[in-house]
Amino acid sequence: MNRREFLRNALMASGASLLTVGTRGWAARLSEAVGGNRRLIVVFLRGAVDGLNVVVPYADDRYYEARPTIAIAKAGQDGGVSDLDGYFGLHPALSSLLPWWQNKTLAFVQASGSPDPNRSHFEAQNYMETGTPGDTHTSDGWMNRLLGVLPGPHAPTEALSLGPTVPRILSGPNAVSNLPLGRNAGHPMPLDRPRIVDAFATLYQGNTAVDRAFAEGQAARGQLMMDLQKDMNDSYNGAPPVIGFGNDTQRLAQLMAGDNGIRLAFLAVGGWDTHVGEGSAQGQLVNHLQALGDGLAALVQGLGSAYDDTAILVMSEFGRTFRENGNAGTDHGHGNVMWLLGGRVNGGKVHGEWPGLADEQLYQNRDLAVTTDFRQVIASVLARHLRLPDATLGRVFPDGLGAGAELPALLNA
Amino acid sequence: MTAVITPGKRSRLPVLVMAVLFCLLFGSARASTDAQALHVLNRLAFGPAPGKVQRVAAMGVDQYIQQQLHPDAMPLPQDLQQQLSSLQTLALTPTELFQQYGPPQRPRGGKLTPLEIKTYNQQLRIIVMQAMQARVLRALESPRQLQEVMVNFWFNHFNVFRGKGLDRLWIGSYERDAIRPYALGHFRDLLFATARNPAMLFYLDNWLDTEPGTKHAQGRFQGINENYAREVMELHTLGVNGGYTQADVTTLAHILTGWGLCPPRGRFAQPGGFCFDPLRHDSSDQVFLGRHIPGGGEEEIRQALDMLADSPASAHHLSYELAQYFVADDPPPALVERLAQKWMQSDGDIAAVLDTLFHSPEFRSAQYTGNKFKTPYEYVISTVRATGEPVTNVKPLLGMLQQLGMPLYGYLTPDGYKNTQSAWLNPDAMMMRLSFATALGHGNVRLDPGQPHPATPEQRAQQLLDTLPGLFTPMQVATIDAQPQPLRAGLILGSPQFQYR
Repeated sequence: MNRREFLRNALMASGASLLTVGTRGWAARLSEAVGGNRRLIVVFLRGAVDGLNVVVPYADDRYYEARPTIAIAKAGQDGGVSDLDGYFGLHPALSSLLPWWQNKTLAFVQASGSPDPNRSHFEAQNYMETGTPGDTHTSDGWMNRLLGVLPGPHAPTEALSLGPTVPRILSGPNAVSNLPLGRNAGHPMPLDRPRIVDAFATLYQGNTAVDRAFAEGQAARGQLMMDLQKDMNDSYNGAPPVIGFGNDTQRLAQLMAGDNGIRLAFLAVGGWDTHVGEGSAQGQLVNHLQALGDGLAALVQGLGSAYDDTAILVMSEFGRTFRENGNAGTDHGHGNVMWLLGGRVNGGKVHGEWPGLADEQLYQNRDLAVTTDFRQVIASVLARHLRLPDATLGRVFPDGLGAGAELPALLNA
Repeated sequence: MTAVITPGKRSRLPVLVMAVLFCLLFGSARASTDAQALHVLNRLAFGPAPGKVQRVAAMGVDQYIQQQLHPDAMPLPQDLQQQLSSLQTLALTPTELFQQYGPPQRPRGGKLTPLEIKTYNQQLRIIVMQAMQARVLRALESPRQLQEVMVNFWFNHFNVFRGKGLDRLWIGSYERDAIRPYALGHFRDLLFATARNPAMLFYLDNWLDTEPGTKHAQGRFQGINENYAREVMELHTLGVNGGYTQADVTTLAHILTGWGLCPPRGRFAQPGGFCFDPLRHDSSDQVFLGRHIPGGGEEEIRQALDMLADSPASAHHLSYELAQYFVADDPPPALVERLAQKWMQSDGDIAAVLDTLFHSPEFRSAQYTGNKFKTPYEYVISTVRATGEPVTNVKPLLGMLQQLGMPLYGYLTPDGYKNTQSAWLNPDAMMMRLSFATALGHGNVRLDPGQPHPATPEQRAQQLLDTLPGLFTPMQVATIDAQPQPLRAGLILGSPQFQYR
């Protein structure tokens, strides 16, 4: 029986209870195979976050010379960074993440990014999502290919995207599901009623893209709505709702904390394109980082013990110019910082080879250079966290990983 | 197992093929003309309103196309005119909008009170709401449908975001002044109008772009900002592979210095809000895209924008986008090539290029009929048009667009909304579309509050079948008819066939 037939049968038996059984079945199988209960969450910061103001090289005076109005003060000063290792410091708006730095499950990879020099947001995001920098013809995303190499059969809810559309990173031949964002996401709708959805099912009997989307939407909605409902009743009863990003990450944590078979999840946050008025201790970037840090903290807390089996990767398409521009902001740059949180992360460290900030060390005398290919970071997570064999890594990243390949020190065995 | 969301063609029998079969079976040419009429209404309009297919079939699709390409001869219906004229902020210039609704002036050294801030935000919401009402009402009811389709197309191409600062004031005046007048005109005019519009100057930061060391380089005007310079080449004209370099981006940012906003109050204010400040401008000679541009003032900027408008790379980029919108997600290269040639010959005359497109064999072929998955905007507008219901309250429609991930004027970044299937088809979206269709079919969407619903769900189903002749095979109609009466109208609007145009 293929998955489509399975879905059909599941639907005929009218939905939810049978699907739950099915889900447990998938989960049980997975736990014995590659990856086990391991989960991966990717958070994409669209718009190019200014990584030099996130993990700040505060011990280098060049940083303060290049950024007279937007630099973050040194550790120990008012509005200053939280010291990480004597050279780098963390933006003060991210202090809600410090507990995980201290318990050594939060790490950063500085000067990482794409080998492609493109400074277009849209192209660069596309390359990071397809995992094939420089190749505009790849139509599927690396997370979708990853789903394909995880042991099957795959439920559509094995990979979940938060948001009203499915991004490139999860697009491809393997079915994925998505869940809307925001306060109303869990509300019932007419299609939740069997009489109505059954009537539509008579029109969606074919095997084209819309028919499949219909069948998968029906299956995923049944399961996800039930999980959300259940978890809200169980453990979140009476808890005040967090707004915005925090609300969404809390909901994601609810879905992933249980053993319901969600292995891969993706969400994106925008608003990082700080050409104007980026700010230092106050301003645009601070507000966004605060919300992001609090949301990630809510995610980790909500995962509970599942955090031990989870890796959370935070990435952005490129960094921003080393020197601030004429409007107390920064323009499109190159190297950036990637963030990694999770039970098996070798944290409390800033990884990556630091290229330096002298004029001749900058990329095109303008941007932080890239010394670690973003795919090396991802591949390390896939190999050491999801325990993907080397042979299958090549199916996720067909162009290879660039020089140096995996970073053995990034995760604990 | 194949994709939920892979781009690609549908294997469903296209409408034209069905129509041909229908003709063979019933020996009638009627179905074939109806199918052609349905096709042009799906592409040049936001789908058919009741009786429209029959009217276009009677006048002939070619005449309909000519009418739509030259919309000024068609008057707007009185009802629509009245509704639009009640939206008062739509009549104000950008400077009037700033003066009457802009940020309240701060007392010297003082702060705004919470009440002042609240009032300001409320006023901004009214302005944005009026702009959205106007857009949706026109899309639903204007007989100049192609113009509305192109307004939507060009707005996405030259996207600005309703949530960014002063653009909350100017979203409606931007569309009115920079987009609508040129939607079927010359691309050069569109490029210049957007380049000078305060909404764009603010959105992509060019109002701040300043040559360091010039006399007016002070306060917030301190240096180069290359945001607009990059996007005008990457997105608006040449395209990302259009043959420019980072050096060209930086050079264009220098050329564009001083191209900005007027002081909104006092004797230097201008109605349009655009001013060029030569005292912030880099007047040195430049080499841009390999060509020498002598230092000067505004003339340099005109020359640079002309170069972008004239470039064959722009002709190709824009032709690709038009063919993608009107023909296929992955448009046939030969068609794109012919459109680009027409573009160059006609100096970027949009109506002339579209005329070529609409008469191309590709546009008329069965392969490229009913193959474009509707965006949420196209889906929502076309459902309401098909019911023919009067609309005075657009809020439920705006809410639906928001839920489907396509809030009106709400796309943050300058690349604008996509119009491909891979961008919009996903499992959750299908659940929401069909839920909306069900509610609309039931008459549960309050589009005209206070009025009794003009039709029962049963009548609505029959009307919809009359409005959409040939969309379904007789067998599909039988399947719909076998379902409970009150669900049928919703099933038609939520059918797989109605997801496509």
